[in-house]
Amino acid sequence: MSRAPRSHRKERIDRGIKVRSDDIFAIGSARDLAYVVAPRALAILALLCFPLLQGLVSRYWQTVMLNTLVIALLALSWDLLASVGLISLGQSLFFGLGAYAAGWLDAHLGVSPLLSIPLGTAAGALIATAVLFPLLRLRGHYFGLITFALPLLFMRIVETTGILGGTEGLSSLKPLPGRTTELYLATGAVLATLWAYRRMSATDYGLVFQAIRDNERSVMAAGFDIQWRKAQAVFLAALPAAFAGAFVTHRYQFVGMPAFALEYSVLPLTAAVVGGAGSFLGPVVGSFILVPLSEAMREFGSLRVVVYSLMLLLFTVGLPEGIFRFAARKYGQFERLAPIEEAPDGK
Amino acid sequence: MDLLASTLVYGLVNSAVLLLTALGFSLTFGLSGVANFAHGGLYLLSGFLAWMLVHYLGLPFLVAAAVTVVVVGAAGAGIYRAVVMPVRGIVLSEVISTFAAGVAIVEFFRWRGFTTYDFSLPALVEGGVEIAGVSVDYQRLLIVAIGLGLTLILWVLTHHTKMGLALRGMSQDEYTALSVGVESDWAAMLSLALGSALAAVAGLVLLPLGIISINTGYDVLLIALAVTVLGGLESTAGLIAGSLILGFAMVITGNYLGPRWSEVVYLGAIVVVLAVRPSGLLGKSKELEDRV
Repeated sequence: MSRAPRSHRKERIDRGIKVRSDDIFAIGSARDLAYVVAPRALAILALLCFPLLQGLVSRYWQTVMLNTLVIALLALSWDLLASVGLISLGQSLFFGLGAYAAGWLDAHLGVSPLLSIPLGTAAGALIATAVLFPLLRLRGHYFGLITFALPLLFMRIVETTGILGGTEGLSSLKPLPGRTTELYLATGAVLATLWAYRRMSATDYGLVFQAIRDNERSVMAAGFDIQWRKAQAVFLAALPAAFAGAFVTHRYQFVGMPAFALEYSVLPLTAAVVGGAGSFLGPVVGSFILVPLSEAMREFGSLRVVVYSLMLLLFTVGLPEGIFRFAARKYGQFERLAPIEEAPDGK
Repeated sequence: MDLLASTLVYGLVNSAVLLLTALGFSLTFGLSGVANFAHGGLYLLSGFLAWMLVHYLGLPFLVAAAVTVVVVGAAGAGIYRAVVMPVRGIVLSEVISTFAAGVAIVEFFRWRGFTTYDFSLPALVEGGVEIAGVSVDYQRLLIVAIGLGLTLILWVLTHHTKMGLALRGMSQDEYTALSVGVESDWAAMLSLALGSALAAVAGLVLLPLGIISINTGYDVLLIALAVTVLGGLESTAGLIAGSLILGFAMVITGNYLGPRWSEVVYLGAIVVVLAVRPSGLLGKSKELEDRV
């Protein structure tokens, strides 16, 4: 049953244009420059133009776009946590805390959305960090487990004690000014988060996060307080997610127990895994694939969730690098078969 | 006095329920280090599978139950081969892939419309008895007996048979176990199959207490996690202590504060125990190293 020895192997080589544009930006030709700039510039331009196309795009698909952006924010937040080695199975914790913070500010203090969204974001992120702080020592399974349990716990507490409106939720909150504002707010938040996270991961400050993921003990040995660093990472990750919560609260003018729903945990997780964790762009790409797909399947009811889970499974096992890295590799490299050279002693 | 007696009796019954629920999960985790987040899905699968065997094929319940245990055990082995083995050792991927498998099973049944009140399994024994003025049906007593019996059998299996020792050896030090001839993939597959079969047994004995509801799939996973975390891993005594504490705590809060509080109790227990004493009540230091 032994396999015949192969005479060729696959090898990957950078495309010529990638090599040129990687190294010599200053004197690149227009084609080289376009090779580097076009993909990201086109994507950003498309995002920024979308709200202007309201005459062309039906209201339904605008809503889908908003949901996509919200999931993208949660997925970005997931990716930052993962880059510190904290695996979250409960992004809805951050989402729900942001949503309730904004809702409470509006319902009890009568603050306008202009204030309640930023304040709700900050308060939600702070509360989430405070709640997770004693639990940051946990690793691997256990952190996943705790983040899975926490949103459910909050949901039960709200249900049982009847605080914050209980099962009824807080309703008739103030709306956002209009569709265009909503779209630009969400788009701006996604782009700003993406930019900030990517910048941060290239600085020394961001490198410490990745080092904690790779080897906690050596980071401790280097004199960093990893507990405190992880808390900072949780706060930074909680910001966009809490913003998403506060935003959705004002968009629906309602906040209730569904803010802690499993959907807000599973969708971002799937988006991050499908798109490819670790690059911040992957999760955004993933949510732009996943959410419209799930809208298209809306009539199939909870079959959607089965499909997400199976996609999650397939990508975790079959394409762990995710779609984004895969596409980026195809864009920058090509593959060819190279003959295998025999070792000198014939082995 | 009446309330006290009922608290005592039902606390004990509830502890046995929790023990049974957690047994499979805890066994798999203790033996191979795989956190089977599909546990709840498999539990639900066993209930619906038995229901379908009884109602579509007309099998007697006991035969259906035996078939179910075997099939769900095989499903566990299949999950290991297809889902866990390719990503073995990467904690993130293990958690995500088993969790996804579990959600897929649960939501599949929701999609197929297994949500009405028609779905219930027959009790193995009918009737009941009065203990200290509290009426308990035989099914609940059976649960206590089966819970304790299975725990005892598993304790013997893992501590006094060659197979059990090999499996535990692997969870303690995989490389050393490999070097003395324990094949790690087989051992882990076996532990997952065993854990899933236990989930099926739990499902078949516990589900007759009420209707089979879809969200049980998630609740069971959380309860299993809570008990395992509270008691500490790979410690049979810890498992029993964990179920007793949670079981009584849930019944007491349920009786005195209202039924909704009992769910807050086990979720809160997970959070508090992990925050305060991550090794669990009876856990050992090696486990602590994995957690913190």
